[in-house]
Amino acid sequence: MREELLSVLEKNSRIDLKELAVLLGAEEIDVANEIKKLEEEGIICGYHTLINWDKTSIDKVSALIEVKVTPQRGQGFDKIAERIYNYPEVRAVYLISGGYDLLVTLEEKTLREIANFVSDKLSTLDSVLSTATHFVLKKYKDHGTVFDKKHEDEREIITP
Amino acid sequence: MTKPLSEVVQNIKPSGIRKFFDIVSEMKDAISLGVGEPDFDTPWHIRDEGIFALEKGKTFYTSNSGLKELREEICNYLKRKQNVAYDPLSEVIVTVGGSEAIDIGLRALVNPGDEVIIPQPSYVSYEPCAVLAGAKPVIINLKAENEFRLTPEELQSAITDKTKVLILPYPNNPTGAIMERKELEEIAKIIIENDIYVMSDEIYAELTYKGEHVSIASLDGMKERTILINGFSKAYAMTGWRLGYACAPKEIIRQMTKIHQFAIMCAPTTSQYAAVEALKNGDDDVESMRQAYNQRRRFLLNAFKEMGLECFEPYGAFYVFPCIKEFGMTSEEFATRFLEEERVAAIPGNAFGESGEGFLRISYAYSLDNLKIAMERLKRFIEKLRG
Repeated sequence: MREELLSVLEKNSRIDLKELAVLLGAEEIDVANEIKKLEEEGIICGYHTLINWDKTSIDKVSALIEVKVTPQRGQGFDKIAERIYNYPEVRAVYLISGGYDLLVTLEEKTLREIANFVSDKLSTLDSVLSTATHFVLKKYKDHGTVFDKKHEDEREIITP
Repeated sequence: MTKPLSEVVQNIKPSGIRKFFDIVSEMKDAISLGVGEPDFDTPWHIRDEGIFALEKGKTFYTSNSGLKELREEICNYLKRKQNVAYDPLSEVIVTVGGSEAIDIGLRALVNPGDEVIIPQPSYVSYEPCAVLAGAKPVIINLKAENEFRLTPEELQSAITDKTKVLILPYPNNPTGAIMERKELEEIAKIIIENDIYVMSDEIYAELTYKGEHVSIASLDGMKERTILINGFSKAYAMTGWRLGYACAPKEIIRQMTKIHQFAIMCAPTTSQYAAVEALKNGDDDVESMRQAYNQRRRFLLNAFKEMGLECFEPYGAFYVFPCIKEFGMTSEEFATRFLEEERVAAIPGNAFGESGEGFLRISYAYSLDNLKIAMERLKRFIEKLRG
């Protein structure tokens, strides 16, 4: 049940327990217990909402920042990653294989705020060797969901 | 012109669905539960291979029986999933949908006057195809109390010395019924004793929600007398690509290939390249679609239970087949009123044979959100009828 439960919740975290139990063909109490366990084990880490901010009047600027760092003895990349993710404005930090080490994503109100974060905070960290900042111009798809896609049912209304 | 058209063709009734379609198409705002095709798009990697085939200029006829590579993948797939081994060079033909396979398979098997046993309710084309092939259709009216499975007794009593073929349509459209191994074994015994052929339409094989689908061709002594029909439409959401296949003993495929060669030439080339990709790398897509269908199936059955609507639990395809006899109306009356009063289109069960009278085919090839609205309306409708 676990895998199917997670895949349903990942698509719709607002689904109510009763319906969830029906879809999975399980008892409500078992589903509730399983969810509790998944939360306790840190497998379910939150229930967020996917928002297409471009459609609101609220300004948001997103950036992806490639960061090259010096790993630290005994702690590898974990210590520096922690230094970075502790900033509340940082949305995500990934350790990446390839040409650089960490990918940091940021969401702010203005370009200047992002610039300030990079120049005042990120670049000044001891282990950070270099950064390259990429601004997001348009989000087409996020978390597996295509923004702005109108999917009309073009099938015939009735087919045998 | 005054000369009459073909009598055989003129005597064939247009599909019962057609009539209902005309009413539905007047109503632009209706929610439909009436389709027999997946709501998913063909998975992108499969479409991508189709596009790639076009880019590379693969726009010629393939061999009559289909790309060799595709036939090999079909055989790998059947070995892997259904545990039945076919020779890609002589025992497979790629067709324009499963429906072409039904047509040419019957034409290859029957002589005028031969009887073709057709269990109903079932897909609308078996009976006309049998008639066009010159055979006499013999209908078995399946029963709700058997969950629309074919019983050995029913089969036995339909067999005469003219019986040539049994059509075995499981997982079933429109009922969603399946036949499990034990039941197939009982049927197979009778088939072998009476020395008849089987046309096993397994187009919904991947959409089975209780154990794995069992192909009757995989049972002892059955492969030599079975035409196994399958295709890409339902499992890989590829209806518009028009691609299916039939597997059978060499001699049958040889005869089928003759008809196919003269009537069709070959199945669409682009679709064949895409289908190779589907069979090679499509297992995960099938599984995720199957899971989504299964959730909807459970949702509908639960909704029926809550509104007290009688329905056996179907374990296949993407249809549920609730009984509406308690309302004292025919299927068509019920479906027409449901459409007019609640703007929901579901197909009257009798469109799939007389024994579908008193039932409704509801397709769950729709999003859950859609199904939820439809079930609210169905609940309101039947509460009104019950008074």
